Amino acid sequence: MIEIVRNRPLISGFAILLLLFTLLGTFVIVPETKQAVVVRFGMPIRILGATEAGINWRLPFAENVHWIDKRVLDVDMERQQVLSTDQLRLEVDAFARYRITDPLRMYIRARTEQRVSEALIPILGSQLRNELGQRPFAALLSPERQGVMENVRRGLNIVARQYGAEIIDVRIKKADLPSGTPLQSAYDRMRTARLQEARSIRAQGAKQAQIIRAEADAEASKTYAASFGKDADFYEFYRAMQSYQTTFIGDGGEKPSPTTIILSPNNDYLKEFTGRAR
Amino acid sequence: MSILSGLGARARGLFIDTKGPWGPSSGGSGGEEPPPSEGDAGGPWGEPPRRGRRAPQPQSPNVASFEDFLRRSKARFGNGGGGGGHLGRPVGPLVKWAILGILLVWLVFTSTHIVAPGERGVVTRFGRYTDTLGPGVGFTLPWPVHRVQKIDVENIQTIDLGTTGTETLMLTGDQNIVDIAYSVRWNIRDPELYMFELAKPDETIREVAESAMRAVVSGFSLNDTIGEGRSDIETRVQEVMQRVLNNYRSGVRIQGIAIKQADPPAAVNDAFKEVSAAQQEAQSYINQARAYALQLTAKAQGEATAFDKVYEQYRLAPDVTRRRMYYETMERVLANVDKTIVEPGGVTPYLPLPQVQKSAPRNPMP
Repeated sequence: MIEIVRNRPLISGFAILLLLFTLLGTFVIVPETKQAVVVRFGMPIRILGATEAGINWRLPFAENVHWIDKRVLDVDMERQQVLSTDQLRLEVDAFARYRITDPLRMYIRARTEQRVSEALIPILGSQLRNELGQRPFAALLSPERQGVMENVRRGLNIVARQYGAEIIDVRIKKADLPSGTPLQSAYDRMRTARLQEARSIRAQGAKQAQIIRAEADAEASKTYAASFGKDADFYEFYRAMQSYQTTFIGDGGEKPSPTTIILSPNNDYLKEFTGRAR
Repeated sequence: MSILSGLGARARGLFIDTKGPWGPSSGGSGGEEPPPSEGDAGGPWGEPPRRGRRAPQPQSPNVASFEDFLRRSKARFGNGGGGGGHLGRPVGPLVKWAILGILLVWLVFTSTHIVAPGERGVVTRFGRYTDTLGPGVGFTLPWPVHRVQKIDVENIQTIDLGTTGTETLMLTGDQNIVDIAYSVRWNIRDPELYMFELAKPDETIREVAESAMRAVVSGFSLNDTIGEGRSDIETRVQEVMQRVLNNYRSGVRIQGIAIKQADPPAAVNDAFKEVSAAQQEAQSYINQARAYALQLTAKAQGEATAFDKVYEQYRLAPDVTRRRMYYETMERVLANVDKTIVEPGGVTPYLPLPQVQKSAPRNPMP
């Protein structure tokens, strides 16, 4: 062996290189993120790394390895208009997450993950339209609650299984009113609702203010009555005195207009004036 | 572990085998150092120049035979020994040392791993996950066997959704529209899941966040969303996101959601301002009424108390007090006014009439 190498270095070098390539070609390193379909002359025969990643082998030259992603993949749908049972429109943007569970079937049916996604997109759209179209608009806003998304997922999964995939989850990313009339009318509704609220707040404020005033009046009246009611006759006199003073002199504010008083000598005030009282 | 080291040994063995043809009588030592030196215990760093001098001697039965082989082949191609030998002398050891050096560097660099605090090193053996290295220095087998991918797990990353500049509209439970902007803070909980289970982790987190926020907001009314329901929404979104991401086995932990902005859309903002204006206005109505009430009650209390005080005195001597008050008041009243005294029978006044007529007698006292 050694002799051969010594004598024919070029040939033996090539031979060694060939051996190396063959050896390297025999081993297949499967990373955690992938699984591999081994294809022998165009016919898929087995799967590497379905359960465990690591080092694997194949027949060099005869078998090809086709890599398939093992991770969670996504299907992103185009925006869809959905019509609810009460004839309202909603624009829905959804996505699904799936995993290739049967790489062999997936390889036969679709070859690449790309094609699986492409095949699932229209199905996702139609499933979504079907499910959401059976419900009133109010239910579309939170489709998670009624298990609508689970229905969509199940429906999509039936199709996905034909491609060796499993749908993990379908979720609605966006649900918006279509721009134009529906959006405008929603805005109008919001606006009028707010204006109504504003008015009612003002009215409530006015009402409360009035109640507070009335209560204060009542309270004052009660205070007066409790005090003045003790002697109505004296109150009459007391108040009259106050009133004269206010009327003729003013209560410290502006001066009252000049007044002329014409008195009769018989006036009570002047009864001593004439000196006839006693 | 025994499998591991066995594999390592096999790998080394393989390496030596490939080397075999070039150094045929390497003695199959299979020791730790793949290229055995010429027996001087000084190790690879021993005394290179001396060895270099000795190398051309053909009888040395070790790795140097490669060089020997080179030389001989040169000779076979007819080029006289002189030139070839001259060339062969420095090249041989250099190549050897270069290979040795590269090997050593490769060994050191691919088998020791310094994992920074906050990082984890995910170890794969031929692609298969074996272990996660914590912070510190970790040792593995060299590169083709073990591979270490370092990933930052402690660093909390932030995804902003819905910028404050543009509108991100969302439908609320009462079919109103809210303009919302929020951010998601997350970090990696399980580095191996994060690396191996999700095809597009960042995009997935973003989409799940959008979806969760939409779902949660659609369960709240507009007033709650822009008002006190915010923290509730934040925790709910966090829960939903965590559940969905766990379902994907993403290895991601959602640290929190922060709603940066939740406003009515710009198109209806005026109407919303109108509401707050109305609130202010209503409050000012109430304030005014309160002020009035305070004033009124204070006045009533003051007057009542004053009356009470006077009345107390009055009761002690009713007649005298009454007359005193009468005269005092009359004094004050009449002191400041024009006075005309008219005899009851004769109506003709004796005071200048124009003045009397000008200020018509309004309060003729009886």
